[in-house]
Formats: sequence, structure tokens, C-alpha cells
Amino acid sequence: METLVVAVLLTFLVVIAIGIIVLRDLLGAVILLGVYSLVAAGAFVVMDAVDVAFTEAAVGSGISTILFLGALSFTSHKQKPRGHDSVAALVFVVITGGVLIYGTLDMPYYGSAESPAQTHPELAVRFIEESGSEVGPPNIVTSVLGSYRGYDTLGETLVVFAAGIAVLSILGLKRRRPEDEVLEDAPGDTARGASDNQQAYKE
Amino acid sequence: MKLYPRQRHRVLQVVTKLLVPFVLMVGLYVQFHGDYGPGGGFQAGVIFGSAFILYGLIFGLQRTREILAPRVLHVMMSLGVLLYAGTGAVTMLLGGNLLDYDALAHDPLHGQHWGLFAIELGVGVTVSAVMISLFYNFASKR
Repeated sequence: METLVVAVLLTFLVVIAIGIIVLRDLLGAVILLGVYSLVAAGAFVVMDAVDVAFTEAAVGSGISTILFLGALSFTSHKQKPRGHDSVAALVFVVITGGVLIYGTLDMPYYGSAESPAQTHPELAVRFIEESGSEVGPPNIVTSVLGSYRGYDTLGETLVVFAAGIAVLSILGLKRRRPEDEVLEDAPGDTARGASDNQQAYKE
Repeated sequence: MKLYPRQRHRVLQVVTKLLVPFVLMVGLYVQFHGDYGPGGGFQAGVIFGSAFILYGLIFGLQRTREILAPRVLHVMMSLGVLLYAGTGAVTMLLGGNLLDYDALAHDPLHGQHWGLFAIELGVGVTVSAVMISLFYNFASKR
């Protein structure tokens, strides 16, 4: 039964991915990306990776869809028709994909008890057996993320922070000159703010 | 980005007003219950931020900015990282390694608990502030 559910979900993923590639309407493609993340989150739940599924659903299908829509509003909703399809690019992509699939053949099967991650005494065995007495929380994922690998998580937080700073420095901070500020900041609101925001933020 | 003006979409507005407190509550739950169930600072920050993003989509950017000013977000972004890194610094000052929470209390388990609480809070604050800030910046340019 579980195999069937996973198979259906993964088939959905492939179909949605093809749809994203084929669609010329970028708005539709963005929405499909959100659906893709949601289906992927479902697949993660079936694989018992609830924390990952949680993140995928919240970030992948929630926030990033909104941000993609925001980015789309800078450009048009239609993808430009391409002049020609490059044969060299197709060959390159097929070779790269083939090599990647060949690489996965060496990986342990899903849920295999003999995989190195399961049997290595310093990894899963240690976390499962010792984290309750060493760190405490019943959710081992929290123990691993926060305590055993706290340094990694500090790095991840810094990456999020750096991304925020980068977007702010490109898009966000107000220009110094006041006349630019009036133009740039909240068009419609500074000029027509008294009209109660009704006209604000037309596309 | 197209943000809905106030007079239209009454249903969306009512539903949003009903929904936002619950979304914030779920965010806080995920933040502080991450030790026991799925979740943690990152997911909580995203959920918390999405409440403000939802509000901004329906009620307009200006009103959202009045509730949560961009300047506050900039402080929050830095504060979360500071809280995380500061926890590491405190553990070093108390004689442990970087982010070795055992040093935070006499009982190592209590120390771990406090340490995890602090760093998850730091992650949550930074992530939510960055997410809302990204939305502000993308939405304010047309």
C-alpha cells in the first residue's frame, strides 16, 4: 500500500515537472511549482520525514510561491518563444541526467537497514540510543539539528540572514535623496494616502 | 505585485482576519513544541511570517507596514543571529565548547534544554523577519 502511494506521488511529481517545463504561461508554472512542493511534502510524510515535509510545505509551496509571484510582477507573465531548440543542449542534458541516474544506482535502497547512515556507530545508532540522555528532547531531529549539529544550524541561520541582507541591499533600502523616496516608497499611498489606500498598489 | 484594495474582496478580508490569529498561534506552537513534535525554529519562522504576508496580500502593504515596520524587521533579523551566536559565546565563556549547552546549567540536560530553546528562538526570529522583509521588498516594487 505504502509503495503504491509513493509510486503515485512520484508519478505526480514527474507529470508536474514536465508540465512546468512545457508551460509558456509563467504564472501557471509558478502555481505548478507550489503544487510540486506540496506533492513532494506528501511523499516526505509517507517516508516518515515529517520535519522535512513540514519545511517543504511551508517554504516550497507557501513562501517561495509568493516570492515567485512577486518576482513575476517585475516581468511579464509570458515566456518569450525561443528561436530554435539547441541539439547540443539536449545532448548535454541527456548525458548529465544519465550520469546522475547511474550515480544513484550505487546508493543504498530506501529504508535499507544496511546503509552506512543506519549502521555507523557515530550516526543514527548514537542519535537514537543516546540523544534522550545526552540532549533530552523526544524529537531526535531537534536534538541533531540544535545540539549535535548546532554549528551547522548556526551557519544555516547566517545564510538566511545573508540572503535577507542581499535582497535588502539590492531592492530594499531607501535611496538617500528625498525626492526618490517619495517616488519609490509605496506609490499611491504617499500621494493618495488620504483616500484610504483604495487605489494603492495597482499592478 | 497586485495587492487588493480595501473595498473589494470582502470575503477574503473577513476570512483573513479570522485566520491570521490562528496562523500566528500555530507558528508559536511549532516554535515552542519543536522539541516534542515535528517543527522547530525554521518552520515556525516561516509560518509566523506567512501570517503577516497573508495580511499584506489582502489588506495592502501600507497597513502591514504600520503594524510591523521594516526597521523593526531589520533589527529582528540581526537579533536572531545574535541570540544564536550569543548562546555559543556564552557557552564558551562558561567554560564549554562553542554551542556546548551542557555548560549553561549545573544539570547538563537542563543546559541542553535552555540552549536549544535559545537557538530555536534565534532561528525563528531571524527566519520570520527575513521572510516578511523579502515579501515587503518584492511587493513594494511593481
